[in-house]
Amino acid sequence: MSAATTAAAPGARLKRLVVRRRDDRGGTPRLSPLWTFVAWLTTLVFFAPVAWMVLTSFHQEADAATNPPTPFAPVTLDQYRLLFGRDITPFLLNSAMASVISTVLVLALAVPAAYALSIKPVQKWTDVMFFFLSTKFLPAIAALLPVYLIVKDAGMLDNVWTLIVLYTAMNLPIAVWMMRSFLAEVPKEILEAAEVDGAGLPTVLWRIVAPVAMPGLAATSLICFIFSWNEFMFAVNLTATNASTAPVFLVGFITSEGLFLARLCAAATLVSLPVLIAGFAAQDKLVRGLSLGAVK
Amino acid sequence: MTTLTVPPKTTSPPARPRASRGGGGKWKRRIPLLPALVFTIVVTQLPFVATLVISTFQWNILKPGDRHFVGLDNFSFVFTDERLRTAVLNTIVLTASVVIISVLLGLGLAMLLDRRFIGRGLARTMLIAPFLVMPVAAALLWKHALYNPDYGLLNGTLNAVYRLFGADNGPTVDWVSSHPMPAVVVSLVWQWTPFMMLILLAGLQAQPADVLEAARMDGASALQTFRHITLPHLRQYIELGILLGTIYIVQTFDAVYTITQGGPGSQTTNLPYEIYLTMFRKYEYGQAAAAGVVVVLGSIVIATFALRTIASLFREEVSR
Repeated sequence: MSAATTAAAPGARLKRLVVRRRDDRGGTPRLSPLWTFVAWLTTLVFFAPVAWMVLTSFHQEADAATNPPTPFAPVTLDQYRLLFGRDITPFLLNSAMASVISTVLVLALAVPAAYALSIKPVQKWTDVMFFFLSTKFLPAIAALLPVYLIVKDAGMLDNVWTLIVLYTAMNLPIAVWMMRSFLAEVPKEILEAAEVDGAGLPTVLWRIVAPVAMPGLAATSLICFIFSWNEFMFAVNLTATNASTAPVFLVGFITSEGLFLARLCAAATLVSLPVLIAGFAAQDKLVRGLSLGAVK
Repeated sequence: MTTLTVPPKTTSPPARPRASRGGGGKWKRRIPLLPALVFTIVVTQLPFVATLVISTFQWNILKPGDRHFVGLDNFSFVFTDERLRTAVLNTIVLTASVVIISVLLGLGLAMLLDRRFIGRGLARTMLIAPFLVMPVAAALLWKHALYNPDYGLLNGTLNAVYRLFGADNGPTVDWVSSHPMPAVVVSLVWQWTPFMMLILLAGLQAQPADVLEAARMDGASALQTFRHITLPHLRQYIELGILLGTIYIVQTFDAVYTITQGGPGSQTTNLPYEIYLTMFRKYEYGQAAAAGVVVVLGSIVIATFALRTIASLFREEVSR
């Protein structure tokens, strides 16, 4: 969508260079000291709750619930030790299983579909794209009741595979849109030239498509992983003791143990950690994923 | 998870000018698409059909013998029920305030981050952190570590500031009980502002440098440049942010479930939470399904606008 993205036309390529230059070199204006102060102040206000969560997770309970706050209390790893003592591990494993397997399934379904929507497009491929997108727009809550009844009838309540199927469906449209936007960047001329030269499909896929698709594959997996790792509504309503995931552990933790603020913060930090790390590492990919490939 | 069936009329351009080699070639092209398509139809469309069917039944699992067809009765209940009307209103208030506030804050932050300043990269990284915290964890964090009247960070900080100026103690505000809706809104704004910022920042950075340069040469003031060049350019990005934000925030369940349980009374009960209560607390399956259908219809209205915006962005990209 930005003028800076198509690789095909030379004009577009030129524009991209111009935009890059504005961003990377001297073209960008500087912020005045006053506005720099405002920018940093706002940043710190937004970051404060995260910092507070992490800091509290390293405190003793007695130091966590004080008024006024005592940020400089001695630090300890006790809360994390206690968490693993309280069996957070099965929940983390369920979350990991549901997120990783559903992400793999999503990619296995989405990549061929994206191929059939970009490189060798079917007729009316835009209609197909919008069908996928429209499934994403309607609230999951409307599907909860029938899903619950079907899953119950099939004896699949409290089963990680139920979550895997649902998360695959939930993320598939996003993945199809993202992967299509990446595959559309494979230069047509080279594809056609390769075909004229008699290159077989495996060669074309491996030599021409894969290098362009790999960053897209990484970005898509990241987004699918984040959404399934964080999903709460299906997890809390369709699982009980065996298949519960990390977000369900968090809410159950409060009701069953009363309030232990430091340990709650440790648990919140721990379950957010994978997404925080992945998100920080792939900041530039985040926008494209969240906007379904529309913003690059 | 379900769908609407109104794909906007995209004038599909002749995608690749290549003659398809008869029916066989057509199917060869379709095969890679089929698994994803069939899976999506089965998992997302069939439940919706089931919801439609259930919505015409009187069905409470506490009265097992008494399941029968009632036609549109559940819908007349849904449209006249006081609780549901409150839930609709709450959903609108919640969604609109979160979206509007986070777009405005996101725009401000994006404009600051579009300039160079000391530690810009670090500031950007720190700013996206709230969006990456697990939503349930964020809700619990706000409820217990920040809003708690006795030892939450908000009152604690107030207290510390008051003492700094010689007063005995700060005020003890019970944030969640006295301001339930703002409490939910603030926690969601905190999570969604980074999302808006990222999209708008991408938009700002896609502004062609030569146009801005030309405006500067012609002596346009910063405000004029913003109003006449930046804002029109950003419009699509703002629309996209609003629409995607709306789609996600209408569905808010985690924050309401965790911070207020829809209370006090039903002051913060939004539609997803009300449907959840109807289903798993009142066991009125028919009514829950009817409410679900109504939510779906409401979403179709939003989604039609959203699809139109995305379709126009998409057409631009395809035709390039």
